Amino acid sequence: MLSPRAMILRAPGTNCDHETAHAFERAGAIARRVHVHALAQKPSLADDFQILCIPGGFSYGDDIASGRIFALELKSRLADSLAKFRDRGGLILGICNGFQVLLQTGLLLADPTSGAARASLAHNTSGMFLDRWVHLRAVPGRCVFLQGMDRFELPVAHGEGRFVTRSPEDFAAFDAAGQLVLRYAADASGTSSNPNGAMGDVAGVCDETGHILGLMPHPERFIDAVQHPAWNGRLDPAAAGAGFPFFTNAVRAVS
Amino acid sequence: MLWEVDIHLRDAAGDHAARAVVAGAAELGIAGCTRATTATGWLIEGDLSRADIERLAAAVLADPVTETFTVAEAGDAVLTTAAAGLPTVLHVLPRAGVTDPAAETALEACGLLGLRPSAVRSVRKYWLPALDAADADRLAWKLLASEAIHDVVIGPLPHRTLAGGRPWTFSQETVHLTGLDDASLDRLSRERCLALSAAELHAVRDHFQSLGRDPLEIELETIAQTWSEHCCHKTLGSPIDHVGPSGSVRYDNLLKETVFASTRKVREQLGPNDWCVSVFRDNSGVVRFDGDHDICVKVETHNHPSAIEPYGGAATGLGGVIRDVLGTGLGAKPIANLDVFCVGRPDTPAADLPPGVIHPRRLLAGVVAGVRDYGNRMGIPTIAGAVAYDPGYIGNPLVFCGTVGIMPRNSADAAVQVGDLVVVAGGRTGRDGIHGATFSSVELSSDSESQSGGSVQIGHAIHEKMLTDFVLEASRQKLFNAITDCGAGGLSSAVGEMAATLGAEVDLDRVPLKYDGLSATEAWISEAQERMVLAVAPADWDKLSKIAADEGVEATAIGTFTGAGRLVLRWQGRTAGELDCHFLHEGRPRRRLASRYVPPAVQPTAWTLHADDSLAASLLDVLAAPDVASKEWIVRQYDHEVQGCSIVKPLLGPGAGPADGTVVRGVLGRDRGIVLGVGLRHRLGPLDPYQMAAGGIVEAIANAIAVGADPARIALLDNFCWGDCRREESLGTLVEACRACHDMAVAFAAPFVSGKDSLNNVFAWTDAAGTHHERSIPPTLLATAMGQVENVHRAITPDLKQAGNRLAIVGLSRGELAGSQLALVGRVHGGRVPQVDAAACREVFAAVAAAQRAGLVAACHDCSDGGLLTAVAEMAIAGSAAARITLADVPMEADGSAGNGSALDRDLAIAFTETPGRFVCEVPAEVADRFAVEISKTNAVPWAWIGEVVAGDQLEIVSTAGSATTVPVASLARAWRGGA
Repeated sequence: MLSPRAMILRAPGTNCDHETAHAFERAGAIARRVHVHALAQKPSLADDFQILCIPGGFSYGDDIASGRIFALELKSRLADSLAKFRDRGGLILGICNGFQVLLQTGLLLADPTSGAARASLAHNTSGMFLDRWVHLRAVPGRCVFLQGMDRFELPVAHGEGRFVTRSPEDFAAFDAAGQLVLRYAADASGTSSNPNGAMGDVAGVCDETGHILGLMPHPERFIDAVQHPAWNGRLDPAAAGAGFPFFTNAVRAVS
Repeated sequence: MLWEVDIHLRDAAGDHAARAVVAGAAELGIAGCTRATTATGWLIEGDLSRADIERLAAAVLADPVTETFTVAEAGDAVLTTAAAGLPTVLHVLPRAGVTDPAAETALEACGLLGLRPSAVRSVRKYWLPALDAADADRLAWKLLASEAIHDVVIGPLPHRTLAGGRPWTFSQETVHLTGLDDASLDRLSRERCLALSAAELHAVRDHFQSLGRDPLEIELETIAQTWSEHCCHKTLGSPIDHVGPSGSVRYDNLLKETVFASTRKVREQLGPNDWCVSVFRDNSGVVRFDGDHDICVKVETHNHPSAIEPYGGAATGLGGVIRDVLGTGLGAKPIANLDVFCVGRPDTPAADLPPGVIHPRRLLAGVVAGVRDYGNRMGIPTIAGAVAYDPGYIGNPLVFCGTVGIMPRNSADAAVQVGDLVVVAGGRTGRDGIHGATFSSVELSSDSESQSGGSVQIGHAIHEKMLTDFVLEASRQKLFNAITDCGAGGLSSAVGEMAATLGAEVDLDRVPLKYDGLSATEAWISEAQERMVLAVAPADWDKLSKIAADEGVEATAIGTFTGAGRLVLRWQGRTAGELDCHFLHEGRPRRRLASRYVPPAVQPTAWTLHADDSLAASLLDVLAAPDVASKEWIVRQYDHEVQGCSIVKPLLGPGAGPADGTVVRGVLGRDRGIVLGVGLRHRLGPLDPYQMAAGGIVEAIANAIAVGADPARIALLDNFCWGDCRREESLGTLVEACRACHDMAVAFAAPFVSGKDSLNNVFAWTDAAGTHHERSIPPTLLATAMGQVENVHRAITPDLKQAGNRLAIVGLSRGELAGSQLALVGRVHGGRVPQVDAAACREVFAAVAAAQRAGLVAACHDCSDGGLLTAVAEMAIAGSAAARITLADVPMEADGSAGNGSALDRDLAIAFTETPGRFVCEVPAEVADRFAVEISKTNAVPWAWIGEVVAGDQLEIVSTAGSATTVPVASLARAWRGGA
């Protein structure tokens, strides 16, 4: 059987594309890094792929807001081909900056009639960029990427990751629909590991089909045990990390 | 038409900038500024309708969920309407011509909506309570804005257009040197910020007299950039007559005969196993890594710009060193960054600062933010570093930024070919950074901020990221023959260097400009950031341009390398200047310098203990001392995990304690790793510059060894930061440090592969009474060690692992408390300077590495700042584990530091002495016997069991008298993290 193909879509300022491609390849996919300009020139490139991933970084510098310009570029030049990709069952994963992009393109949590964004990722409550490890709890539901996952750790590294919805009603609706699939959880001492003040401790959300996932933590940074800050003497260095199933789940789902 | 869009947060609770203003105002003692609100503004000029601007605001500038916006013509009263109770409106915006990355991004985004504004500028807006003018001014300049790069407007903005200058009209200025006496030459050099001495100007004058004319301005500027201390080792490469403690030495070239010579000796000893690839000749030093790759490393300083504009100075410092790596050989991929800052103490009273000096706390916050915003955007993990606090750095901080790169084997050699195109790629050229190279060679003064605004640059990290993506792809396809970065001196240095033997013709009117009005000279010497120069064969030009276009990078052919040995500068076909390459690169007169070093008298050890002093109280004080205390607030702002290769991180273990060296994989999916360690013993500089340098080098190597680096594969870098080296005494300390570099490199067979010097780190000011002061920084050598581990899985970290394991110290301790943390926290004065016994250190390194290789070491930490007890405490913090140690068991050389002879003195000396070259190893009990055998194989290594990891939550310290003190590990962690 042919290996599934994963497109790692990059823009100027994307900087997690290599390790994300590496994670997909380790999971058995063929991963290709594709510049958004190249895709805009030839949207049919997407036809060869089953998985689309928008990786982390600072697309276009994030000088105005995280992911804003990348999302605008996708909306203005690639809206149809993205809709087509989604409608034929392609999987879409947005990590960190990619999550910010997915919310702003309307691929995740948008108002179904107006297409307006109903959720956003605002500046962390601390006002600061933060790189640290967090405890997470998954309630996978339909979400393809999270199948079989429960409690685990991943690193976050962002300045704008505070999940907020337009209104409390929107939040309740997403919650009721089972879309708030990944939450920051308490660590061993019972302290919350919510790093940014996100509403409801939300770290990641999926669409109604479970085929599109956006999350702030970086699963591609924990595919090997030795990427954990306390691995030495405690974890088997040859073991996989807790982020690896994100990629194997995706590959298995489209194989 | 000039429009303004203001973006407001819907939820005021999220207004961090407002909270920061209120907190900052309170700190500045500005009463009544208890509330504030802020907005981001955009000035947008062009033939655009209100509907266009509203569309832009809704689609690009404002978040529909969290923000609202106001659109109006610039100057409209609605833009400055008072918020409730906040009548003062204060604007901070980049000065015309200063890089404004956010505005550039906005301008690009407009294109996606089909809008074509002619200019965009970003503005920060603050609504504040009624403030008197002086307070508003102070708040603006002390907290919100930097004089070097910002304008501040209180009340409505006066702008009605953002239009820039008009195109420059060709003209030539001859600079008359003929007939000037030395005083006039000095004045001319100062007034033009050339940093050339009268002797150098004589050589220039004589050269041009032989041509029958005086130099043109552009020619003189080119010479000044090329001959600047920043661009050539003017002082370090000089012939020097040195008189030191061991007699007189005559050097023909100090650097060649010390640092370079040691590398040559090490390489000769290695013979066929020499693993150096390219040292001291490219933008960074290159060594072998694995079968397919070489790795390279460079550390640079950006001290003077950071003193004036910490954020921009540090960001562009990092941007510059990243380009050094990118511009090595045929291009290397940057994979890790490090940063080291030397600043005044954070508790320095504001009243003690000379005029014009930024408070160390604000300065540090600024440089950290600069590295954060540049490094994070570049997607390069910042994984190593240090901060040193010392009053000697007030007014002249040190900002070191370093980068490691990786490149395919056999791509370290690059050579420009005759006929190659001179291609400039990346950002456009503006007036930013003019005279940076020569500015860094003159002393800072309290007026520097107003004099040197033009030499401060603001970085645009995404442009550099795009440039990097472009260069690495072009490198993969082998589309250029040589590459270098545009750093100090701009194109004049970059093209000048690449054309040093062949010569080149350059059409300066083809250099892409950010705005009109730059003269040929300005385009030539501007240090605008994010540019590289490539030598491209004409046959490869089309392919190269295609890649540039794909990556959104501007690449322009501006000339040709000719082979004629002349540098010809043209403007629209007319000759703007012409220089002989040989004179430019070899014509600088060398002057024999004299240096002298007389060691200061050793102060006897004097204990200054209070009645309630104890081991525990001293330990808590040392852990809380600024140099030792946690740097978590910095580390967490840096993305130290991007690229997915970070294996031993700066904070590690369940307790997130401090690392020694840090480790990254060289290549994703492969297990060979690169280790970084840094060493800095600046406090010893004024006491013994030789030991300062030697101790720093040993510390850097020890950091690498602790984590498992192979002692036979350690490359070193030197960064000399010195005060006024025109003084013989100052130059004398520099010579002593160079001697130490030589001796250490040879002793450890660890070659120096690259380095840099920053001299003239002097701050001058005039006090209120009219007295002139000058202060040089302490002589400071930053040593960086780049090591290698065969398999990152076998790296070793300092966090304690398992109760029941035993603790050993390897290496002899001596009572050497001068410059120690124990002295800094006021327990002791004077004492001997810690001495490096290089032969003994080498044995210790080998023994520890052997034990690690045999799998006998569960945790390892080197003893540096704060000595043995601090090391054990850090291991306990990192491992969230308890331990017991017995001071009587520590091998300690008998010495004269007993002071008044109390038992506590003796205990403190053992616990806190900073003798270099010692490690604490945690050893599983079941292999303790094997460890004892392994470590003693080399009989010269003094070592001993000193304790064990225990169950519970206390660190227990057994004094030499046999009494036990316990401190909860939680208290140690709290002290280290800055809590009470």
